[in-house]
Amino acid sequence: MKPAPFAYAKARSLDEAVALLGEHEDARLLAGGQSLIATLNMRLSAPSLLIDINGVGGLDGMALKDGMVEIGALTRHAAAERSDVIAQHAPLVARAMPHIGHAAIRNRGTIGGSIAFADPAAELPACLLALGGEVRTHGPKGKRTIKADDFFKGLFETALGPQDVLTAIRVPVAGKDTRAGFAELARRHGDYAIVGLAASARANGKGLSDVRLAFFGVGATPVRTKKAETVLASGDVEGAVAALDLDPPDDVQATGAVKKHLAGVLLRRVAKQLMEAR
Amino acid sequence: MDHTLDITLTVNGERVNERVEARKTLVDFLREDLALTGSHVGCEHGVCGACTVRVDGAIVRGCLMLAVQCDGAAVVTIEGLSDSGEVADLQAAFEQRNALQCGYCTPGMLTAAQELLKRGAMPSRDEIREHISGNYCRCTGYHAIVDAIEAVAKARAGRP
Repeated sequence: MKPAPFAYAKARSLDEAVALLGEHEDARLLAGGQSLIATLNMRLSAPSLLIDINGVGGLDGMALKDGMVEIGALTRHAAAERSDVIAQHAPLVARAMPHIGHAAIRNRGTIGGSIAFADPAAELPACLLALGGEVRTHGPKGKRTIKADDFFKGLFETALGPQDVLTAIRVPVAGKDTRAGFAELARRHGDYAIVGLAASARANGKGLSDVRLAFFGVGATPVRTKKAETVLASGDVEGAVAALDLDPPDDVQATGAVKKHLAGVLLRRVAKQLMEAR
Repeated sequence: MDHTLDITLTVNGERVNERVEARKTLVDFLREDLALTGSHVGCEHGVCGACTVRVDGAIVRGCLMLAVQCDGAAVVTIEGLSDSGEVADLQAAFEQRNALQCGYCTPGMLTAAQELLKRGAMPSRDEIREHISGNYCRCTGYHAIVDAIEAVAKARAGRP
């Protein structure tokens, strides 16, 4: 199908984007467009105005800031995939990156777009949650920082206000004792996962501490399983699988029962990754 | 606010000035306004890869980018890749190995494969499969396509 008619404006600055969002109630921001334009084509979404932020300076690139890895909202997936900063300092993101879409999608899709869209089956929202990262925004009242634990509110719903522009995400810099684990099951490499798991932990002697497990494709948002986190930290993998308090709904890909089973399969795989030396 | 905009870009090296509707996707612009029908329209939501084209040196989905976003860009389609001879060896290998039957996916498949081969490293069969994972072929079962791409990678690297 073809999109319904809309107007197009290219924002030159964050303030201009914020102002345009204020003037047009049903405007949408256009970054990489890899989800938005698909929904326009299928007429699942019909905004009156697209505000293209691709020309706004200072929103891309990856750097270390205040002990965090900051990834600019307009950073393309392909750039993050090839980045030494990400490979060295955000290994969970590096592990996840090849699973996101396909080559042509990663060339165009943006990190900020993936987080702001908040697809419950997407990889990056789960990574942000597993890492205890944060989201930086720019809005009518200035800048805000929102913790990942407070950011994902519901199905495609986030803590972003109607005039907020997501400008960057930040995740903690990985140390020597940081462990990252990532696995997903998809019908075709690069498609949205049936179920996926992003995990981080700290090596603590032979065991683990600060385990954070963020499952995706199992509910309206990425979901942490805190009981299983505690059990896994004690080194009991099968106990952690038994403690998974997930109740995934059926969807077009699989029944909830199958998803729950697959979540356990993934947890066993990811536990192995977490227990390996970095 | 504007529903139609003027854009200037290069397509296959030629400068193009056109007025386009904001809602027109890049692939529809190429096919309908410029009569470059080598880029195909399949699923129109980024799944099938039939509309794969190169924008500013990187492959993109022609159905997930708007024509207005290509103002100032350099777009290369299968017509450009074919006329310049850049993919001549790939085209020959596809033909020789029956890596196409109906041919609908072939322009996107060649454009995607060329991005991988252009990097210069010798890709494994798994890497080839991963790279074309975003391009559906409903006829061949992919083996012949992977064979063709692998053969060209070897030939370009000067290996037997």
